[in-house]
Amino acid sequence: MNALRVLSWRRLLAVVRKEFVQVMRDRLTFAMMVGIPVVQLAIFGFAINADPKRLPTAVVVESPGVYTRSLISAVEATGYFRLVESPDPRDAAALLEGGEVQFVMVVPADFERRLVRGERPAVLLEADATDPAATSNALASLEPLARSALRFDLDGPLAGGSGPPFEWRVHRRYNPEGITQYNIVPGLMGVILTMTMIIMTALGMTRELERGTMENLLSMPVRPLEVMIGKILPYVLVGYVQVIVILLAARFVFEVPMEGSLAWLGLCVLVFIVANLTVGITFSSLARNQTQAMQMSFFFFLPSILLSGFMFPFRGMPAWAQVVGEVLPLTHFLRLVRGILLKGYGVADSWPHLWPLMLFIVVVMGIGLKRFRRTLD
Amino acid sequence: MTEAVIDVQGLTKTFGTRRVVDRLALRVGRGEIFGFLGPNGSGKTTSIRMLCGLLTPDEGEGRCLGYDIRTQSALIKREVGYMTQRFSFYEDLSIRENLEFVAEVYELRNARAAVDAALNDLGLADRQRQLAGQLSGGWKQRMALAACLLHRPQLLLLDEPTAGVDPQARREFWAEIHRLAADGMTVLVSTHYMDEAERCHRLAYVAYGTLLAQGSPAQLVRDCGLSTFTVDGENLHALQAELLRLPAAEQVVPFGTSLHVSGAEEDALERQLQPYFARSELRWTRDRPRLEDVFIHLMRGRS
Repeated sequence: MNALRVLSWRRLLAVVRKEFVQVMRDRLTFAMMVGIPVVQLAIFGFAINADPKRLPTAVVVESPGVYTRSLISAVEATGYFRLVESPDPRDAAALLEGGEVQFVMVVPADFERRLVRGERPAVLLEADATDPAATSNALASLEPLARSALRFDLDGPLAGGSGPPFEWRVHRRYNPEGITQYNIVPGLMGVILTMTMIIMTALGMTRELERGTMENLLSMPVRPLEVMIGKILPYVLVGYVQVIVILLAARFVFEVPMEGSLAWLGLCVLVFIVANLTVGITFSSLARNQTQAMQMSFFFFLPSILLSGFMFPFRGMPAWAQVVGEVLPLTHFLRLVRGILLKGYGVADSWPHLWPLMLFIVVVMGIGLKRFRRTLD
Repeated sequence: MTEAVIDVQGLTKTFGTRRVVDRLALRVGRGEIFGFLGPNGSGKTTSIRMLCGLLTPDEGEGRCLGYDIRTQSALIKREVGYMTQRFSFYEDLSIRENLEFVAEVYELRNARAAVDAALNDLGLADRQRQLAGQLSGGWKQRMALAACLLHRPQLLLLDEPTAGVDPQARREFWAEIHRLAADGMTVLVSTHYMDEAERCHRLAYVAYGTLLAQGSPAQLVRDCGLSTFTVDGENLHALQAELLRLPAAEQVVPFGTSLHVSGAEEDALERQLQPYFARSELRWTRDRPRLEDVFIHLMRGRS
């Protein structure tokens, strides 16, 4: 009779128990099941901030004075701006272009004089608007300041008429219209490359191990380095095809500006692709089967998307999350690709974002090769 | 024995705390078909991997094809054909593509011609465009053999080559092995099958990592010191249970409609079997022990 019943609790429980034992025995899967929620909680709960504050700002003061000081402290008091430097006017542009500051505020030489005369002088605020999300709230907080910042300084006869005593002149550099696609589309190039390059190589090598073809391969005269490079090269090509597709779409569909040299971008892409492939190879040497390789790839992919500045402003994250982000190759590539396409980075501008990628390659390749050798014996 | 193709002593390999191969010594001459027998997990695969340079032995030394197995594994790989236990070619490539890949990896001159020849020799020409993954067990094995022979190795290492292959295909496979050996190729083959063991020129029996016996099948049977009787009759199942209680009867094994009774002490066995010899419904004959009896005997002596 038992065999005829549609659902037997005993049989059901037998399957449940078996499944449970299998999951527990696969330590990596189990770690992932616990690890992914923890990582997600940390990222979404603590790291991500769609309203970044304390953005680094350089202030160029051409007319020091009491009103300027009040203005600067009012700007700081919004919480969105953190004064990091008071550079020379010429250096300020370089700071902005290099991405070291998000804003440059210029108080012109005749500011104090014209203010007292009631001529409503302008204060220049240049913003790196590559990522509109990172700057829009900060810029919005400025508007009311024009009226309130100098409220207590300008009293009596200086209180003037009805309008604000000065005005903001905001320049959204690199992406003047604040078009999100300008930021997202180049970023997507990095995200897509990360995903395909890591998954492809991680699976490719693990597949050989899982199907037993690795043993056969190694009994033949082919050398480990030849296997490794031979497996990587086709994917480099695949990566370039992806880059071309994305660039075509960026140019003709989204009309993203392309300020820098595409040849230089192509070279930087190569460095980034290799960085990702070394991650994939390392995963494949750690994973025992393709499922594990896939899990590891996703475990790497998740912070790459969320902590690199692709989805959420990098400067909005707390210090620890920024440290994690700095380790990820995508973070540096995003700065590179956005810099080259939107800001027209040349070789010198790119270098600060290029060397971390190279360092990453050397370190991860070292780990991968060491692990790879061990799997042979 | 003629010139030794494999000559190793003291080969030892430990994985973690488990000693998988323990001081193995082997000598295999040119043109020999050498059978490597032993139960599952007895270190056969590990030994073969050490011989062809896939694994470095923890201890021991020796030569394979005149090259040092520790330091010259790259040279050994060039002249050895290794057929793994599990089909380990690319299932998503066709037979031809697999062979072409192997030919390129060995950097063969006239790779195309070599592949064509291999396809013809092993009767694979008609199926060359078929994906390896779609082949049946017998054809897969044939393709693997073709791939191993492509670079004309001097030594062929076969790790349980006929597992899951039907008798017809197995017979053809062994005919091919004998043809190759006649042409001077040395073959080392591991197997569980006793009928295959009997087709080898010489055998080595390993269990738990140690070599238990070595010699030709006839020698092993002669030297094992076992006496065997065969009995035919009715109700053998009950008889088996009775005979197993005799201290001198080490093995009582049913073979079809008869029982094989073996023991190492001939006199004691005969004495204890006397009452059963007298029974009229049983027909007793003195027999030669089979290889299987010999190996079970060796293993019991060990444990």
